[in-house]
Amino acid sequence: MADMKSINVVIDRKQVSVAPGSTILDAAQSIGIDIPTLCYMRLHNTEYKCQPASCRICVVEVEGRRNLCPACATPVMEGMVIKTSSMRVLSARRMIVELMISDHPNDCLTCTKSGACELQDLARKTGVVDIHLSGKSQSEYEIRENKAIVRDMSKCIMCRRCEQMCSDIQSVHALSGVDRGFESVVGTAFDESLDNTMCVGCGQCVAVCPVGALMEKDDTDQVIKALADTDMTVVFQTAPATRVAIGEEFGLEPGTDVTGKLVTSLKDLGADYVFDTDFAADLTIMEEGTELIDRLNKFLNGEKTALPLLTSCCPGWVNFYESNYPDMLDLPSTAKSPQGMFGAVAKNYFAEKLNIDRKKMFVVSVMPCTAKKIEADREELKEDGNPDVDVVLTTREVARLIKLANIDFVNLPDGDYDSPLGESTGAAVIFGVTGGVLEAALRTVYEVLEKKTLPRVEFEAVRGFDGLKVATVTIVGQDINVAVAHGLSNARKVMEEIKNGNPRNLHAVEVMACPGGCIGGGGQPYHYGDGDILKARTNATYQIDEAKVIRKSHENPAIKALYEEYYEEPGSEIAHHQLHTRYTYRERY
Amino acid sequence: MLRTRSPDFERSKCIHMAKINSIEELCNVKAKALEAQKNQKITILVCGGTGCKSANSDLIVKNLEEELASENLADRVAVLMTGCFGFCEKGPIVKILPDNTFYTEVKPEDAKEIIQGHIVNGEKVERLLYKDQNTGESIPDSKHMNFYKKQMRIALRNCGYIDPAVIEQYIREDGYQALAKCLTTMEAKDVIQIMKDSGLRGRGGAGFPTGLKWEIASRYDADVKYVVCNADEGDPGAFMDRSILEGDPHSVVEAMAICGYAINATKGRVYIRAEYPLAITRLENAIKSAREYGLLGDNILGTDFSFDIEITFGAGAFVCGEETALLHSMEGSRGEPTTKPPFPAESGFFGKPTNVNNVETYANVAQIILKGADWYRSIGTEKSAGTKVFALAGKINNVGLIEVPMGITLREVIFDIGGGIKDGKKFKAVQTGGPSGGCLTEKDLDTPIDFDNLIAKGSMMGSGGMIVMDEESCMPAVAKFYLEFTKEESCGKCTPCRVGTTRLLELLTLICDGKGEMKHFDELRNLSQVIKDTALCGLGQTAPNPVLSTLDAFYDEYVAHVVDKKCPAGVCRKLLSYKIDVNKCKGCTLCARTCPNNAIEGKVKETHVIKDELCIKCGACMEKCKFGAISKG
Amino acid sequence: MAIDSLSKEKFEELGAYIDSLPSKKGELIRVLHRAQGIFGYLPKEVQFFVARKMDVPTSKVYGVVTFYSYFSMIPKGEYNISVCLGTACYVRGAEPVLDEFKKQLGISCNETTADGKFSLNALRCVGACGLAPVVMVGDEVYGRVTKDMVKDILASCLSHN
Repeated sequence: MADMKSINVVIDRKQVSVAPGSTILDAAQSIGIDIPTLCYMRLHNTEYKCQPASCRICVVEVEGRRNLCPACATPVMEGMVIKTSSMRVLSARRMIVELMISDHPNDCLTCTKSGACELQDLARKTGVVDIHLSGKSQSEYEIRENKAIVRDMSKCIMCRRCEQMCSDIQSVHALSGVDRGFESVVGTAFDESLDNTMCVGCGQCVAVCPVGALMEKDDTDQVIKALADTDMTVVFQTAPATRVAIGEEFGLEPGTDVTGKLVTSLKDLGADYVFDTDFAADLTIMEEGTELIDRLNKFLNGEKTALPLLTSCCPGWVNFYESNYPDMLDLPSTAKSPQGMFGAVAKNYFAEKLNIDRKKMFVVSVMPCTAKKIEADREELKEDGNPDVDVVLTTREVARLIKLANIDFVNLPDGDYDSPLGESTGAAVIFGVTGGVLEAALRTVYEVLEKKTLPRVEFEAVRGFDGLKVATVTIVGQDINVAVAHGLSNARKVMEEIKNGNPRNLHAVEVMACPGGCIGGGGQPYHYGDGDILKARTNATYQIDEAKVIRKSHENPAIKALYEEYYEEPGSEIAHHQLHTRYTYRERY
Repeated sequence: MLRTRSPDFERSKCIHMAKINSIEELCNVKAKALEAQKNQKITILVCGGTGCKSANSDLIVKNLEEELASENLADRVAVLMTGCFGFCEKGPIVKILPDNTFYTEVKPEDAKEIIQGHIVNGEKVERLLYKDQNTGESIPDSKHMNFYKKQMRIALRNCGYIDPAVIEQYIREDGYQALAKCLTTMEAKDVIQIMKDSGLRGRGGAGFPTGLKWEIASRYDADVKYVVCNADEGDPGAFMDRSILEGDPHSVVEAMAICGYAINATKGRVYIRAEYPLAITRLENAIKSAREYGLLGDNILGTDFSFDIEITFGAGAFVCGEETALLHSMEGSRGEPTTKPPFPAESGFFGKPTNVNNVETYANVAQIILKGADWYRSIGTEKSAGTKVFALAGKINNVGLIEVPMGITLREVIFDIGGGIKDGKKFKAVQTGGPSGGCLTEKDLDTPIDFDNLIAKGSMMGSGGMIVMDEESCMPAVAKFYLEFTKEESCGKCTPCRVGTTRLLELLTLICDGKGEMKHFDELRNLSQVIKDTALCGLGQTAPNPVLSTLDAFYDEYVAHVVDKKCPAGVCRKLLSYKIDVNKCKGCTLCARTCPNNAIEGKVKETHVIKDELCIKCGACMEKCKFGAISKG
Repeated sequence: MAIDSLSKEKFEELGAYIDSLPSKKGELIRVLHRAQGIFGYLPKEVQFFVARKMDVPTSKVYGVVTFYSYFSMIPKGEYNISVCLGTACYVRGAEPVLDEFKKQLGISCNETTADGKFSLNALRCVGACGLAPVVMVGDEVYGRVTKDMVKDILASCLSHN
């Protein structure tokens, strides 16, 4: 049965043959043997892999070797005889977990991560009932937080997943191992606040942290206060990617579309209006698409213009280019992100419509993203100090709020978004996945320029999990070259390419900071390294798009009405004032 | 008090300067150098190792030269500053050839007497001669000193014999002949075969067979391959590699080139501690003059083999002695080890195939090539061929650097070469292998020293530190000392080492502070076992050795700390108490006046009393008491 | 992140050194050695300068600086006192000597006195084991040091001026 090239080993008295290059962990998993791991994480379908072999939880006994071997990093060799759960292995593992806990605060009762903590889980799995160590010292660090992320490094177990993510996948390099020995920790340059570092707030470090060392900044209390305030009109918006993920927090299968339940739950919480960020996404396409058309027209007429146009919906990406590419700040679209546009529409147009002071309106965003918290705090998204978006809650925080309110989410009836900012198209929902913004833009740009209906709505070439996708679309006889990047290291590759003369003549580039796009955002339910979850969320998103009757932003009747009633036309003066923004260079460590 | 300034000048003397293009030309240089040596009737060798230089040996050279000049003897007598003689205990050393007169503890002002007495009048300076510590007799010829009698110098062959700054002197002693032999008469695989047959094992600690390592590295093809020399000697109390680089840097340069030829590598890198300024200077000089002679660079000795060496500085991290950590450090990163495989032979410096050996390993290579595998194999034991350099230190009479054949017993090293324990005290233990090793005791004294025997005894060869302890050394405190070191030097990457060494240290501190309990022994053992079993690299895996070996061999001493709350060696401060003997105290009040904490009470001419609750156990009173009335226990 | 005009020349020297390297790849530690040689220590501004100039993340520079004990972010005193704690020195009583320095200077290891005169650190084996215990003040070596000699050593430093 075994193919000539495969390697035969015995694991726990079971024969198994695996491909060369496989690790003991791979081999064990292939026959259903569970070896606990901690520092190891591989996010399937993406390029993320953290394999420092440093936690030593996954050690196993290999016959003939003096020491135990880490299963995650030891390649199988022909004839290996491996024991994954001998008493020697089990007691070593337990001791290692004891060592970790001995240098970890004992505050599971109040730790937000409790229940989702991989260390807690391991303690149970390895049978730790007491810390049999007399040593007491613990490494203690001040808790540091910014608008998006709370770092409590006393809880850090040095798995380095965050550092790997920040450096390797995001190429942000805000984090590094610092100091050495017992004092070593993952930190920022000079222990600076994240705000002074290259951190973009994407929260991918939070997404992979196994313990409570890295958490989103919890803003649920502010929302509770606003909901309790009868004078306050509380308006919610829900981002595209949240509806295909929040179900996981309540035990539903990844990729379950729970849009209706999400709306109902927010209303049950006491929201006055529940609107859809998707509406604002359609609006974004109108503004950004118009900008792209303008720039393309100029280009086609031989005039000077800034190309390629870079999308600007993703706040992590915006932070990234603001601190990395000061000379290229003319490239990104000036259109605000959908969250930003929604806030502006809500606090201006809608507040006027309700005839209330904007200060009496409290806008809550439900976002898959931690960087959105930073975005909402930008001066450009405020008027007289009053923010267009008051609070951003991540998907995880909203789920906590719903649980806190004792709402039986799974059995909720489906609710409908309120009008008028609740109506959206299929083009808007795909903003949640990599390639989606560009696809939505192409649907509109094509029809506006060609003045005819697209033969096929789907642009398959910009879909999928490849880190960097490049495609060419022919519009009015012109080849329009587009690129799509997700994961900021891929974005850096494109930016360096553009910096070096844009040899591929790119006209438009979409970037989403997080692997997979917003569905893999730093505020989403934890994936625990299962990349299939990202796939399921993606598929669900495209299904929602397919099921929509209207799938192009410019056909959204509510958007048309909004322009007629308030914003005149895309790119108008009032649109510019409220729906566009500007970028500044930020020098950081 | 010894107070000296170590000068930063270093003499570089390159005489020839022309490229050597063939083996014949190399032999010509050698012949000339031999001729030059013959013409000098007398040679005065002055030790220029770090220890002796710290004690002002530069000034000795200067004074000797001035003295010779004033006697018009400069062309008949040569003064050389050499590498370490090894006999650091009695430095600075001055040795006079051809009759091997060995002067110890020489001061700059002794120069006149040496020249006038020894050189001009032919009378040896009796008071500077080495005295046998047993008989008290002067030993004029160093060959008859016990310290040298049992030594066999291969890696140290030129240390204390040639001027390391003069490449001709290295060439005179068959230098670069081995490289020439390889390049002109041997294929790469033959070189590897000799290395394999010789039985040479890595001298850095683990003892991996060198020939095999080269063979593995030779199997991988790449556009660039590297030969790396690990000179990041970080063991506290070990200075073998530094002495070789200071005393005979060309032996390493030549061997690296040979290795390059054997594994088909063209680039060499020496990773050296930045704290070794003298070794760095001498190595830089050696590389420079080897380049000038065409013994490094393109088309060495007129062949198509090219090889060059660069130096990279360490920055103070013991863990960088581990080869993967070393390579990361060379790449400009944190020196954190990575899991093997891949081994450096496959993916090393910047991902290229790399062979890493330490200084002492390389220092053996040229001799093996010249004298053959059988010759080398005939020295030492069956599984550990050759010699080993040890840095002998601690409570021993002859502190210094020695090279002995493998298989010699600890007794011979400590009592014959080392001259026994200082101040006639009793031998208690010897620590080998530094922080990775363990303590060996009386019962191990007759064990032949080799890689495997030491491991079997719970210690290891390590890089060759050998620290001797007497009855005044407290073994739990020694274990604690080593754990303080490993805890501080742990890189922090893997859990067992990062947290485990801290916990071990905490347990040992409890014991030494008298807060230990019997259950702590089990904790120490269990934790040590897991750290050995699971740590990522050698530093962690061996960190518990000092604990386990002392716990086994000196269990009673541990128990005394825990049960009796006593430190039998009188080291652990918190367990000491100072007492004034009523019969001896004269009531002079000196102790009371000395006590920094006013813990001593008593009136003039009345017996004084130490108040235990105030005593900070500093021992100042005991040192000051003229009547020996104060004792500790 | 501003560069003090007083140290402008030093930054220029460091910049020129970095520019003179044939390749910047892997040379971070070499450059930091040089930077510490020029500035005496590695303050934030210098690390940031190196990071930018070498095109290496600042976090990485800081990670490297904090990893290696040779690098210091605190300026060294006029007299840098290093007590060898190698095993040979330890066994021959280096620890009480170090304690005495700490006591007399009122600082711990890796600290500098408030007047900037003295800094204290422990190091591992300078290789003068024959002279154990050894203390180095700058590049001066004191051998066979005892507790009682500490006072004199400090006094002789001050009398140098």
